Amino acid sequence: MISKKIKGRIVELKEKFPQRKSAILPALHLVLKEKNYVEKESLKEIAGLLELPPIEVFETASFYTMFPQKKVGKYHIQVCTNLSCSLLGAEELVKYLEEKLKIKVGETTPNGMFTLSTVECLGSCGTAPMMQINEDYYENLTKEKVDRILDDLLKKQI
Amino acid sequence: MEKILFKHIDFPEQYKIDVYIKNGGYIALSKALKEFTPDDLIEMVKKSNLRGRGGAGFPTGVKWGFVPKDSPKAKYLICNADEGEPGTFKDRWLLEKDPHQLLEGIIISSYATGAHLCFIYIRGEFSFGAKRLKGAIEEAYQKGFLGKNILGTGFDLDIILYRGGGAYICGEETSLMNSIQGERGLTRLKPPFPTSAGVYECPTVINNVETLSNIPHIVLNGPEWFSSIGTPTSPGPKIYSVSGHVKKPGNYELPMGTTLKEIIYEHAGGIKDNKNLKAVIPGGISTPVLTPDKLFAKMDFDSMCDVGSMLGSGAVIVMDETTCMVKSAQRMVKFFEHESCGKCTPCREGTYWLSRILERIENGGGEEGDIQLLLDICDNICGKTLCPMGDGAIIPVLSTIENFREEYEYHIKNKKCMVTPVRRFD
Ligand SMILES: Cc1cc2nc3c(=O)[nH]c(=O)nc-3n(C[C@H](O)[C@H](O)[C@H](O)COP(=O)(O)O)c2cc1C
Ligand code: FES
Repeated sequence: MISKKIKGRIVELKEKFPQRKSAILPALHLVLKEKNYVEKESLKEIAGLLELPPIEVFETASFYTMFPQKKVGKYHIQVCTNLSCSLLGAEELVKYLEEKLKIKVGETTPNGMFTLSTVECLGSCGTAPMMQINEDYYENLTKEKVDRILDDLLKKQI
Repeated sequence: MEKILFKHIDFPEQYKIDVYIKNGGYIALSKALKEFTPDDLIEMVKKSNLRGRGGAGFPTGVKWGFVPKDSPKAKYLICNADEGEPGTFKDRWLLEKDPHQLLEGIIISSYATGAHLCFIYIRGEFSFGAKRLKGAIEEAYQKGFLGKNILGTGFDLDIILYRGGGAYICGEETSLMNSIQGERGLTRLKPPFPTSAGVYECPTVINNVETLSNIPHIVLNGPEWFSSIGTPTSPGPKIYSVSGHVKKPGNYELPMGTTLKEIIYEHAGGIKDNKNLKAVIPGGISTPVLTPDKLFAKMDFDSMCDVGSMLGSGAVIVMDETTCMVKSAQRMVKFFEHESCGKCTPCREGTYWLSRILERIENGGGEEGDIQLLLDICDNICGKTLCPMGDGAIIPVLSTIENFREEYEYHIKNKKCMVTPVRRFD
């Protein structure tokens, strides 16, 4: 279920653009920010709020990679493996994360804390290797730095 | 060259409107709206010979001149902040660190092209940049640089910040427009060109972040000043994003036409760990790879063509002697496979097969005839796709085979790399 607050903001989007369909992507972003993923039920809700046929929302949402339809971990780790990052060790970084989290790319840790994905260039190639966790960029990564970043995230939980 | 676009990039809080104004900001806007007509400005930009920094190098003033004057439809301006070409990270700096320079350029350009609504299409992953721009837009409204009756001149403009959803193809102008319309980011067949039927089927001008950031400087200093920088056919400053095996990766603002050698060895500090240079991609992964004998080449639109490559986005990716070129090609093609919008068959199927064959070679399963097979598939994509992405996707394959064929042959014959890769992540 989308929260009441976000629902209100989605309804406001209806009149913001020259055509209503333009509100789909901004609505998806609002839901993503709240839940980290946008499952089918939410897509239907968005369609209802924007008064658009659900198929139009499904069609658009499924084109874009930023809106996973399946539940992801609380922290979605996305490692860039495009050329500039891979020249500076992105694949070793991915392996290191797989070993550390004891999961493979595409999987979520059993406690639901971390999901590991690989992604394409994030426009941060001058500070490679790098990864994005939820909305934040982490750059110039080393093993030590990765350890610290993950530790800090875990500490935030307690 | 004195820095122009990056003049205040290291200023703390340059992103705040008061600091921007203190550093001379928004004077160009006042000058443009009060002293010039839209036609004057179009002529000025034509005269400056500013060429689009999004990759294609199309003359900006000429594009603006295509907008029909008599159309009863609304006109739109779009700022392309989708920055997706791998290796490129200049627009992100411009919009995060000096967002008002971009907004000032947008407002002037909207006035010149008759737009009263502008979309800034920013790539979805740039959350921080979106936050910065959102704050800057709010500030500009408060100061009366946006909204109704800007600076008392009667000119109205609104800006909508529109976030993408993580699709490279949405940097291509027609997919971008479909994306703003809330649709899948599929490309459209051209013509009609955006200046006659763009977003919502209305006349639309689309320009890159760096292109638009140049506009206030042209208005302030004049077109002659602008065209005195760089080369006669590619004037002005250019931001080169340098990444890969260099000592000092980063964005460097230099005159158009600076040589690759100067960029890599003087500004980016030379090759990491003092290794030898093997290959350079000069303008993002959609541009052909160059070998070290081309280091003398100037980085501008025409000089890059002369040596068989392209300026593209000016993203210089440096590879040292330990780089396997087959693997690099495989990495690049995997990207295009993932990002193909799927609308046309040669691109969708072709990138899939190129990717499978390169993976096979890279993983030691290469077979005799694979090189020819790759070339045949490229031939079936070349010039047969709706948008230039198909042509971009075959470039990594063609240019690495042309320059490093022996590495492919070695890989296929010996089932392993010709070079010994080094560990880079510790
Ligand atoms: C596959 C593809 C991806 C593109 N990606 C971008 C991009 O991320 N940013 C950009 O400014 N232009 C991009 N372009 C170029 C745009 O289509 C368009 O030419 C440009 O935004 C025009 O602005 P300019 O004239 O100021 O360069 C891309 C083109 C293609 C074919
Ligand atoms: S290649 Fe990794 S951020 Fe660009």
